[in-house]
Amino acid sequence: MTDVLPFTDGELAAIRGDFPILARTVRDGRPLVYLDSGATSHKPAPVLDAERAFYEQHNAAVHRGAHQLAEEATDDFEAARATVASFIGAPADEVVFTKNATEALNLVAYAFSNAAPTDDPKDERFVLGPGDEILVTEMEHHANLVPWQEVARRTGATLRWVPVDHDGALELSGLDDLLTERTKVFAFTHVSNVLGTVNPVTRLAERAHAVGALVVVDACQSVPHLAVDVRTLGADFIAFSGHKLYGPMGVGVLWGRAELLEVMPPFLTGGSMIELVTMERSTYAPAPQKFEAGVPNAAQAVGLAAAVRWVEALGIERIHAHEAALVDLLQRGLAERPWVRVVGPTVGTARGGAVAFVVDGVHAHDVGQVLDDAGVAVRVGHHCAWPLHRALGAPATTRASFAVHSTAAEVEALLTALDRVPVIFGLDTERQAS
Amino acid sequence: MDLYQELILEHSKRPHHAGLREPFDAEVHHINPTCGDEVTLRVGVSGTGSDAVVTDVSYQAQGCSISVASSSVLAEEVIGHPVAEALGTVEAMRTMLTSRGQVSGDETVIGDGVAFAGVARYPARVKCALLGWTAFTDALARAGVDISPSSSTSPQGVSS
Repeated sequence: MTDVLPFTDGELAAIRGDFPILARTVRDGRPLVYLDSGATSHKPAPVLDAERAFYEQHNAAVHRGAHQLAEEATDDFEAARATVASFIGAPADEVVFTKNATEALNLVAYAFSNAAPTDDPKDERFVLGPGDEILVTEMEHHANLVPWQEVARRTGATLRWVPVDHDGALELSGLDDLLTERTKVFAFTHVSNVLGTVNPVTRLAERAHAVGALVVVDACQSVPHLAVDVRTLGADFIAFSGHKLYGPMGVGVLWGRAELLEVMPPFLTGGSMIELVTMERSTYAPAPQKFEAGVPNAAQAVGLAAAVRWVEALGIERIHAHEAALVDLLQRGLAERPWVRVVGPTVGTARGGAVAFVVDGVHAHDVGQVLDDAGVAVRVGHHCAWPLHRALGAPATTRASFAVHSTAAEVEALLTALDRVPVIFGLDTERQAS
Repeated sequence: MDLYQELILEHSKRPHHAGLREPFDAEVHHINPTCGDEVTLRVGVSGTGSDAVVTDVSYQAQGCSISVASSSVLAEEVIGHPVAEALGTVEAMRTMLTSRGQVSGDETVIGDGVAFAGVARYPARVKCALLGWTAFTDALARAGVDISPSSSTSPQGVSS
């Protein structure tokens, strides 16, 4: 994306001005250097305003009632759906609002185990049993691993996984043995939340479709950082969270192909998602309502739509170029410190907005504490990817992750604070990291 | 920063009584799921009732400096001490660590544990500091010691 102009200093100042929280200080008056947007992003004022405006002016339970507020709230909610859908190149009725990405992934996982033996007719694609296989990868966030472990446990299907190689890429040489006609679903992340690795979704989806498997993609770390268009991506389902996309907490998105949503059994059941209810049985509304039981998170959906409009006004390509430049700057700075080992793709390889690293001899929790003392907020630990950390031979890593408001000065602040680590913990900084 | 006292750094670099030893009466494995810190801890107890004594605490700790150093201090403060006294030390340590900085700790009770007073001001790190101590209490219970604060500390069925 070298043809995309970076933000000018003036633009960046204006962007930062949109985030009220960036004006606060932490730890005895230090400016906040927030490099944890991969965990959750901050919210620009237009998002906060939109959520507040919904409650102040239109608040009502959507898809219910005949009064004016109910109509307005429903219109706002459905307009939010259209806005979010358009952002990923989808028709509105292919977008399901969930509580978060974890619920979106569980929704799909449960659809597989909810296809009961007594259902007639049922779509064979969602029926799992002994002899069937679920394929995931070793780099998955727990949200795209544990639900599949549970489905395997409930249905008797076998869980298999694609390993990760030394550079933090998927080890695809054995894919033919892992992805076979027994595979009913292949679930993998678009961008690793730890490594930053960008997986070749389209190529993997083609391989999966060739054996008749459905493709579920965790897009939490891609949708906020690079252009995602479901028309060309190749996936059958993608899940992402609103709160990592400058939107409110409490709203996530599942996108699925219309023909799949139509035949997929529901996950949560109850009000709103029904067509006809008698004491004996019920029929269900068409998607997406079939998957949105109960009063939905309309205010949060409206806030997320505001976030999407805010992102679109800046341009996702420019946001990506900006973050890629910061990732590169940080990787180069870390490479000058032989006592630091970056996990994941090497400098120059396409990456998401996160850089995770290890200071050999110092636990990530301690590294994070030293950074926090300088006002630099990063994530430490296994980042909900415990199996990946085992594969990396690192029980925990320190992760810096960027957002559109991140600056080169913040990268410098992190590096300066990081240089205190070997001093405090008495490391020999001359030795080469292994 | 007041978190990383020299004593803590010393204990984390050269943890006292580290390693897993025989004989022991109970072994536990505790983890901190938020950060992945792990400790395997063995405890040996001899005697019964008010004569019960902690004969050994051995451990393998993998984690941050706070959790490793805390296990080291634990071993130092309880090995060779009566079980009742050791439980009092655990309680004093827990009280200090969960006080949000209001309780500075009594060196005559928790020894080098006072170096962890600063940890109490960092709620996210309290679990790190408590990991070994919680494991120790659990190991005592599994060794048959009654660990409830109000009752007497009488190991039952402990072969020493």
